[in-house]
Amino acid sequence: MRNFLQVMVDAIALGSLLALVALAIGLVFGVMRLINFAQGDYITIGAYALVVPAASLTPTLLIGALPIPLMVAGVLLVVVMLALATERVAFRPLRDSDPATLLISSFAVSYFLQHMIMLVHTGRPKSIGIGQALTTPIEVLGLRVPGIQVVTMGVTAVLLIALVLFLKRTPMGIQMRAAAENFQMARLLGVPANRVIAMAFVISGLLGGTVSLLLIVQTGTLDIRMGLMPVIFAFFATVIGGMGSLVGAALGGFLVGVSSVLLQSYLPEGLRPFRDAFVFGLVIVILLVRPKGLIVIGAARERV
Amino acid sequence: MLDISELTVRYGKLTALDQVDIRVAGGEAVFVVGPNGAGKSTLLKTISGLLRPASGGIGFEGSDIAGVAPEKLCQRGLALVPEGRHIFRTLTVEENLLVGMMIRRDKAAAKQDLERILQTFPILRDRFRGVAGNLSGGEQQQLAIARALLQRPRLLMIDEPSLGLAPLVIDQVYASLKDLNAAGLTLLVVEQSTARVLDLATRVYVLRSGKVVLSDSAEALATGNAMEEAYFGYAGRESA
Repeated sequence: MRNFLQVMVDAIALGSLLALVALAIGLVFGVMRLINFAQGDYITIGAYALVVPAASLTPTLLIGALPIPLMVAGVLLVVVMLALATERVAFRPLRDSDPATLLISSFAVSYFLQHMIMLVHTGRPKSIGIGQALTTPIEVLGLRVPGIQVVTMGVTAVLLIALVLFLKRTPMGIQMRAAAENFQMARLLGVPANRVIAMAFVISGLLGGTVSLLLIVQTGTLDIRMGLMPVIFAFFATVIGGMGSLVGAALGGFLVGVSSVLLQSYLPEGLRPFRDAFVFGLVIVILLVRPKGLIVIGAARERV
Repeated sequence: MLDISELTVRYGKLTALDQVDIRVAGGEAVFVVGPNGAGKSTLLKTISGLLRPASGGIGFEGSDIAGVAPEKLCQRGLALVPEGRHIFRTLTVEENLLVGMMIRRDKAAAKQDLERILQTFPILRDRFRGVAGNLSGGEQQQLAIARALLQRPRLLMIDEPSLGLAPLVIDQVYASLKDLNAAGLTLLVVEQSTARVLDLATRVYVLRSGKVVLSDSAEALATGNAMEEAYFGYAGRESA
């Protein structure tokens, strides 16, 4: 039982992380019909912002050398500015294009950002010691849980609540939900398209920067592909959650994270290397049963 | 108030509107009727900024608005209730109405308008905190009109207000529109069905294959079959 609970803590922690990435993808998809694969590179660049841009394999801390509140604010600011810049330069000019064009544009942005990092930092991973105190396990209800997992779950809970309050209680949040459901109608009612889309990118930047920090404390390694797997998993999470539904994105994130850890723990030893194949298989099964995802927007029957 | 001259709109090589002239004076209830594919919805989408015209002009209260973004146009007093209502299904009735009110700077007056509109459409008050996707078709139409009215438009455009509604509900919607027009609101309504047009219209345009084939006052059209003949293509005439 204790072992199962231990596994569940790991599962929920990973699910929380993926939920944050999935929410970022879901928010931008909602207002723009853009599946932004560059979200992974926002995460990577947020992590690299902690160190001085240089080719050295033993990096000197930059933002990472600041006191924690300033370090957090610094990383978030870098990622938000980056997200806004990509929106302005790469995505806004293509806003009226079809989703396939936007998707290809996001691949282009992603490759561009990856190669920019490679140019400055080289492609080799770098070790970095940030928040190491958080990796030591703490005792919670008889379970030994690494502090970073507690922080990940806590931060996710706070961000989810803040996001819900923002979307439900503020005029901008209500406009964003309206625009996410029917962008054209929202514009007809005067919802400012530029501002709503920029706000979606600001939030995706905030979520991306948060994931940068959580990941770097967990892994202690800077890698140009560190954002790739979270984004791929989070993309599946948004698809099975129901594209366009934020609740679905968060739910999908938890589901993918939890099933990934459970499979890792309970699959027979020989099958564990194929864990991801099982997770993706699960995604296929869910989509076969519910092709539009778990939560379907606008599915209410047309009534007379 | 609205002066559309020689308006041409194309989807690629297909001409959806061809040199269309339509005028709406303040206080009028102008109807544009026509069969499927006549270009009625294209007309309203172009006026409201969702489509760019290939040529021609759209004057609204003296200024040319052709190609102006929709979010700017609603601030100038134009509101559109599109075909299919397009309420925000996952938002509550209250939130739908709030989105309608957001362009208003006079928040106190907007709140008074909300109160008045809830008196006009009492069902919306009953369902105020409910999710809009659960409303019936007629209630959704009322919500879509109420939401547009909260913008305090000077010209309200409605695309097929009777589409998909039960006859009794259509009566209610038309009664509401009649009251609004009587209170001074200018209406530009697009309908596929001609059945109830003359109950409300002051002027009617018949659109066929992107061209205006008939325009006349409702009074003149009340006698004879000119509207039906133009609609079905038996005859075509232009009159002032």
